[in-house]
Amino acid sequence: MSRKTLIPIGPYHPLQEEPELFKLYCDGEIVKDIKWETGYNHRGIEKLSESKTYDQVFFLVERICGICSTSHPFAFANAVEEIAEIEITNRAKYIRSIIGELERIHSHLLWVGLAGHFLGYNTVFMWAWKYREPILDLFEMITGNRNSYAMFKVGGVRRDIENNKIPVILGTLSDFRKKADLLTGAVMDDPVIHARTKGVGILTLQDVIDYGAVGPTARASGLAIDVRKDDPYAAYPLVNWKVITAQAGDVFAKAEVRLLEMYESISIIEQCLDGLKKEKEGDITVKVKEIPEGIGNGRAEAPRGEVFHFVMSDGSNSPVRHKIRAPSYVNIATFKKSCIGQTIADATISLAAVDPCYCCTERMAVAYDINSGNRIMNAEELINLSVKKTYEIKDSV
Amino acid sequence: MGFKNYCFKKSLWVFHFGGASCNNCDIEILDCLTPRHDLERFGILLVGSIRHADVLLVNGSINRRDKDRLIELYNQAPKPLLVVAIGACGCTGGIFAEGNTFAGPVDKIIPVNAYIPGCPPKPEAIIAGIVKLVGTI
Repeated sequence: MSRKTLIPIGPYHPLQEEPELFKLYCDGEIVKDIKWETGYNHRGIEKLSESKTYDQVFFLVERICGICSTSHPFAFANAVEEIAEIEITNRAKYIRSIIGELERIHSHLLWVGLAGHFLGYNTVFMWAWKYREPILDLFEMITGNRNSYAMFKVGGVRRDIENNKIPVILGTLSDFRKKADLLTGAVMDDPVIHARTKGVGILTLQDVIDYGAVGPTARASGLAIDVRKDDPYAAYPLVNWKVITAQAGDVFAKAEVRLLEMYESISIIEQCLDGLKKEKEGDITVKVKEIPEGIGNGRAEAPRGEVFHFVMSDGSNSPVRHKIRAPSYVNIATFKKSCIGQTIADATISLAAVDPCYCCTERMAVAYDINSGNRIMNAEELINLSVKKTYEIKDSV
Repeated sequence: MGFKNYCFKKSLWVFHFGGASCNNCDIEILDCLTPRHDLERFGILLVGSIRHADVLLVNGSINRRDKDRLIELYNQAPKPLLVVAIGACGCTGGIFAEGNTFAGPVDKIIPVNAYIPGCPPKPEAIIAGIVKLVGTI
């Protein structure tokens, strides 16, 4: 058997949304096998949820993931409203979709920025995060908080978007569209980014189907899977938009899908705001008496893919069973296909391409030689390796 | 002011430990470094290794699996080390304090110098907290 080097990434590492441990088994510079361990971020949310009332659960599921903090309440609301057979007002539907799409924009920007950071393009990182700020300002204006919006409740939303705020939102979005053009141009036309991301971490259509991948990860491989179209909820059936797909399945295609989705989101928000003007102001909730006995399934399209919530009710004021499945759970398994056979420098961006929401840059990752136990490299050095490769390509282009 | 504390006056290097968090505090910490807030102009830099750090930022509730690792990181750090608990979860456990895996708020595990509450605290609040902390040295 040939000698293999074990490179652990994590548990406290930039690449992962949650602290997770990835073990890359390498032969020379080539990744031969990958294994992962989870549990560092276990908080017992499903159990906690059973001790809370339906109104309180919204605040809890919002804190499953700070970046998808609309998607989880969205799916939970869909599930509970299925049990109680509640039809919410059109105004509430529009507001829900607006918040969901604003979240998609800020999440995709965050991804583009961090992907740039990993390729050694700190300019892209700084730009993307700078352009993200006006979107967060919109959130602060509408909901009162930059993250964790607390907008949802059973039967509608908690706060209205008053008609006098609509021009402000439209203004910010039209400003943002120009900046997005700039950013998209910078990413899509750069020869070095092409060289670093094209043909790297490829997932074929068959891989995506086999592993059950969802969201942009699947759409970049040509699978047009999107809960907003497949199982329409909120205001998505009321507006015109299309599912963005790409065929290549590599890191570049994933970036392309995310960048183009931002434009779709802008268009959805604009149409929702038009719809909002026609509805009566303040008509945002319907009265809910009690949640009857029953089972509800709720689905929502998070920026990373399908969020699924299963809720079982016994007629009391809190759920008796609450099961949650987040998109990263299925997408992470695709690393088995996308990373094996890559070099270590490319593995970094391949892991990042799935967007396991690696917002916590610069944590612990130390590589040990499996035979001697000597320390080889840490997270910074891994990133430096990736950065070095970019510079080499830059020089040769 | 001793010599060691004098060193804290400029260029604080920060290591970030995210426990079982929801990520909001993580993004807001990173947000402090981006153009609008730009903490680097004060010499504050996020570093990849605890051995280079002057400040340990801890956010998120600490579960049983994170606890030992947090203690290990604290022991590895060069002293004096300033520890800042960020967010409701870091300060008290927040909404996850009743969870079955919760191992105690940060100050029950390692000594904490400053608390920045909020869910998540705004970048302005994080900057204000760090500036206040530097002022107390």
